[in-house]
Amino acid sequence: MIKLTNVTKKYGSRTALNQVDLELDQGKLIGLVGENGSGKSTTLKLIAGLIHPTSGEITVNGEKVNRQIASSVAYLSELDEYYRFFTVKDTIEFHASQFGDFDIEKAYEIMDFMKLEPEKKLKHLSKGNRGRVKIVLTLARHTPVVLMDEPFSGLDPMVRNSIVKGLISFVDLEKQLILITTHEIREIENILDEVVAIKDGHIIGHHNVDDLRKENQLSIVDWMNEIYG
Amino acid sequence: MAELFHSSKPIYEQIAEMIKKRIIRGELTAGGKLPSVREMAIEVNVNPNTVQRTYRELETMDIVESKRGQGTFVTEDTEVIASIREEMKKEILMNFTKQMFEMGYTKEEIKQGLTEYLNRKGE
Repeated sequence: MIKLTNVTKKYGSRTALNQVDLELDQGKLIGLVGENGSGKSTTLKLIAGLIHPTSGEITVNGEKVNRQIASSVAYLSELDEYYRFFTVKDTIEFHASQFGDFDIEKAYEIMDFMKLEPEKKLKHLSKGNRGRVKIVLTLARHTPVVLMDEPFSGLDPMVRNSIVKGLISFVDLEKQLILITTHEIREIENILDEVVAIKDGHIIGHHNVDDLRKENQLSIVDWMNEIYG
Repeated sequence: MAELFHSSKPIYEQIAEMIKKRIIRGELTAGGKLPSVREMAIEVNVNPNTVQRTYRELETMDIVESKRGQGTFVTEDTEVIASIREEMKKEILMNFTKQMFEMGYTKEEIKQGLTEYLNRKGE
């Protein structure tokens, strides 16, 4: 599904990713974990085709990633980058007009689930509710790949929990692969199929979460404490 | 609220145990329908794939049966249910006695303590 082969990404003289090989399969919820500046966001942006590797190759569904990959990849940015004067409804409709795979009915369903008011302007929403809007816009798309960059960042526990519930309720794991970067591992510990750990631009571990528990009696948090020391 | 899972066992096994307990308590009856994979996932806050795996494991143990297009059902075989009940009891007793032996209690002390505890007043 997603394949990175010997991928290096440099920003000037700084190496963000260093000869990374990574293969991710369809139908899984995968967590990409690591400290700030470890290369998590860079990895997501590369898969989304927003930036280009300095060397190496990235494919999604066997297709080489370029800017056109947006039709098969939904990307949730860690930034708030929507039109502040739009209402929630305007924002949903705008997205529906931009992406052919956008399921507007599903979007309204998730909006209701998240208890968002359609007529509220984005600029009047709390940070938590803006976080919820991003989830609506991302999960309403029928793309084989969904990338979420820090969807929980800066949000309080109640909001994080409702986002987790939204994910469980609306993700289509028969057809989708979800890759999430986060610091809030405890929040998503129970919903991940696999975990990939990254440090200083290197992948330092990639495990099936059940195997970690079964073979090593480790939760993801335990495992991270072990590998990051 | 999120269910609490411990880290020493895969979550799908812990959910399987939870379902077995519900069957033993009679919350889920013979032939009764289990929540859909999605409903169960939302209830216990886990990935639908995990619940799918739980149901698959329970099916290989003949505890549940999935019917195409209808969902997953508890077995109608009451003998299977009786044997889960027996098995669960043994498992808990085994853990209990193991801990007691580890701390040096004798068989007699365990028996006596258990009888006293069961017969204590106010219960």
